[in-house]
Amino acid sequence: MVDKLVIGGRELENRLFVGTGKFANHHLITESINRSGAQVVTMALRRVDLKVRQENVLNFIPKDCVLLPNTSGARTAEEAVKIARIARDSGCGNWVKIEVISDHKYLLPDNYETIRATEILVSEGFVVLPYMSPDLMVAKRLAEVGAAAIMPLGSPIGTNRGLKTKELIRILIEEIKLPIIVDAGIGKPSEAAEAMEMGAAAVLVNTAIATADDPAMMGEAFSLAVRAGRMAYLAGPGATKIYAEASSPLTGFLS
Amino acid sequence: MSFYKEYQKFSAKELNQFINNVTSQMVQRALEKDRLSQEEFLALLSPAAGNYLEQMAQKAHQMTVQQFGKVILLYTPMYLADYCVNQCVYCSFNVHNPIPRSKLSPVEVEAGAKEIAKTELKHILILTGESRKHTPVSYIKECAQILRKYFSSVSIEIYPLLEEEYRELVAAGVDGLTIYQEVYQEEVYHQVHVKGPKKNYLFRLDAPERGCRAGMRTVNIGALLGLADWRTEAIFSGLHARYLQDKYLESEIGISVPRIRPHLGEFQPANLVEDKSFVQILLALRIFLPRAGIALSTRENALFRDHLVYLGVTKMSAGSTTVVGGHSKEEGSGQFAICDERTVEQVKDMIYRQGYQPIFKDWEAI
Repeated sequence: MVDKLVIGGRELENRLFVGTGKFANHHLITESINRSGAQVVTMALRRVDLKVRQENVLNFIPKDCVLLPNTSGARTAEEAVKIARIARDSGCGNWVKIEVISDHKYLLPDNYETIRATEILVSEGFVVLPYMSPDLMVAKRLAEVGAAAIMPLGSPIGTNRGLKTKELIRILIEEIKLPIIVDAGIGKPSEAAEAMEMGAAAVLVNTAIATADDPAMMGEAFSLAVRAGRMAYLAGPGATKIYAEASSPLTGFLS
Repeated sequence: MSFYKEYQKFSAKELNQFINNVTSQMVQRALEKDRLSQEEFLALLSPAAGNYLEQMAQKAHQMTVQQFGKVILLYTPMYLADYCVNQCVYCSFNVHNPIPRSKLSPVEVEAGAKEIAKTELKHILILTGESRKHTPVSYIKECAQILRKYFSSVSIEIYPLLEEEYRELVAAGVDGLTIYQEVYQEEVYHQVHVKGPKKNYLFRLDAPERGCRAGMRTVNIGALLGLADWRTEAIFSGLHARYLQDKYLESEIGISVPRIRPHLGEFQPANLVEDKSFVQILLALRIFLPRAGIALSTRENALFRDHLVYLGVTKMSAGSTTVVGGHSKEEGSGQFAICDERTVEQVKDMIYRQGYQPIFKDWEAI
C-alpha cells in the first residue's frame, strides 16, 4: 500500500513541497523540482507576470505539479483574499497558501488575519493552506473554518534555524486532525527528516534549496530526507496501530 | 516621537571619538554576531574595519543570499518635471540654475510609460523637483494613476508631503516612497540648502514616518554621500533605517547609498567618498540591516555596479535618465550626470553573467 498524502482531493506521493523564490536562475527551479520529484510548488503571485513569456516563473514549473500560489506581500486578510482571487483568475488553480505578514522585522505571520482570510477563501471554494505561528487555539480555529491543512513555521522565514518551534508543532500533530505541513526555517535535510519523524504530513522548503550551491542536488537530498523521516515515523511504535491488534497485547495472557 | 530624538543623542564629535577608538577585536566580535547592536554597527564603519572588508563582504554576501536569494530587482526612474523652488547647492534643479524647465503632460507621461514598458520593467520611480505650483499632489496623483496601467509598482521620490497627502497617493496606487535626507548633520544641512521649503530639516526627516503611517508598502531612505563626513552620514542612515524598522513593522524599509555626481553649478563637495569607503558603507549597512532592501542607482559606473551585485545590493536601476521625459526624447538637462548608461537589456544580461536572476516584477498592485 503506497503511503499517500491527500489534500483537497489530490493524492500526493511526495511529501516535500518546494518554493520558487531566491533561485539564482529560473532554470534551477525546474531542475530542483525534477530532481526532488516535488509535486506541490509554491510561488509568490507578486513575482508572477503572465504578460511576459520569457521570464514568467510559471514557465519553469513542470505542468504536472500542483501550483500553490502564496499571498506574500499581504498585510491584512483583505489583501490576502484579493491576491488569492487574482491568482485563481490568472489560471493558477484554486489552491492557495495564505501568508499574511505585517511584521517586516521578523516576517512572522499574523495568525488572526490568517484565520479571517481562511474563512473567506474556503467559502469561495479555495483549497486553503494557511501559514501560521504554531498556536493550538489558532490551529483549531483554522480547522473549524475549513483549512485543508495547517502550515506552522519551524523558524522565521529565511533564518534556516530548523525546528525552533518543535514542541508546539508536536502538539499540533497530536491534536489537529488535518495534515500538518512544516513551513519556513528548515535549513537542512536532517531537519526535514526530524519534522517527518515527529509525524508532520509534509514539509515546505524554499531558502535552503534555492540558495544552496547545487540547488538540484539539495532538492534531491531533501526529498530523500523527507522519505526517510516518513518511513521512520511509519515504522515506529505508532505504526502498529494501522493493523488490527489485540486489545491487551501485553497483559492479555492474564485473562 | 521622531527620529530626531535619536539623532540628538549623538554628537558628531562623540561618534568620531568612538569610531576612532574601535579596535580589531571589536570589529571581529561584530562580524560574529547575527544581529548587531548600534555600537557594533558603528564599529563596522570605523577606520579599523577598513582592514576587514573581505570578511565583511563574505558575511554581507551570505546574509543577502539567505534573505533575498541571488536575485536583483530592476527598476527605472522617470522624471516628470524639473520645476523647483529650492536653492540646493548640489543639484542641477536649483532654482537659480538657468536651465529650461519642463513638466510632462498626462499624454507625455503615458507615452513615456509605453516606451519604458517595452523594456519589460514593472517597477517605476517617479521624480519631480519641489514646486507645489507646477507639480502639486493632484498632478502626482494623476500621473501615478496613468502609470499604474503599465507598471506593477509605482514609487515616488518627490518633495516631502503631509501624512494625508501620502495617504491620498497610496489610495491612488502609489506603493513606495523614496526620500533621502540628503545630509543628516544639521549644520551641514542648513549650509547646502540655502533657501526654500527644503530648508525645513525636521519636516524632511519626519517624512519617511509619515509615509509609513500613511500605508506606504516600501519606504526608502539614505544620505547623499559627499556632502558631509561619510562615516557619520552612514551611521545616521543606518540608525534611521533601524528606527523605522523597529517602529513600523508593517513597512518594508529600504536604504540607498547615492554618491554625489557632477551637476550644474559651482558647488564642489568637500567629502568625496572613495570606492573603498563606499563599499565599507554598503557592507556595514547590509550586516546591520539584514532585511532592508538596498538600491543602487546609475550614479555608479558599470564595472563598479557589476561587482556590487555580490555585496548586498537587492535593487538596481537600469535604462536610466535624469532628464524630464528622457525616456521618450534625447535633449534636455538632467538632475545629475548618469554614469552607467547601459540599457535594461544590457543590465539584465550582466546580472545573468554574474550568476544572478534579474527580477522585473516583485509586487502585484491590489
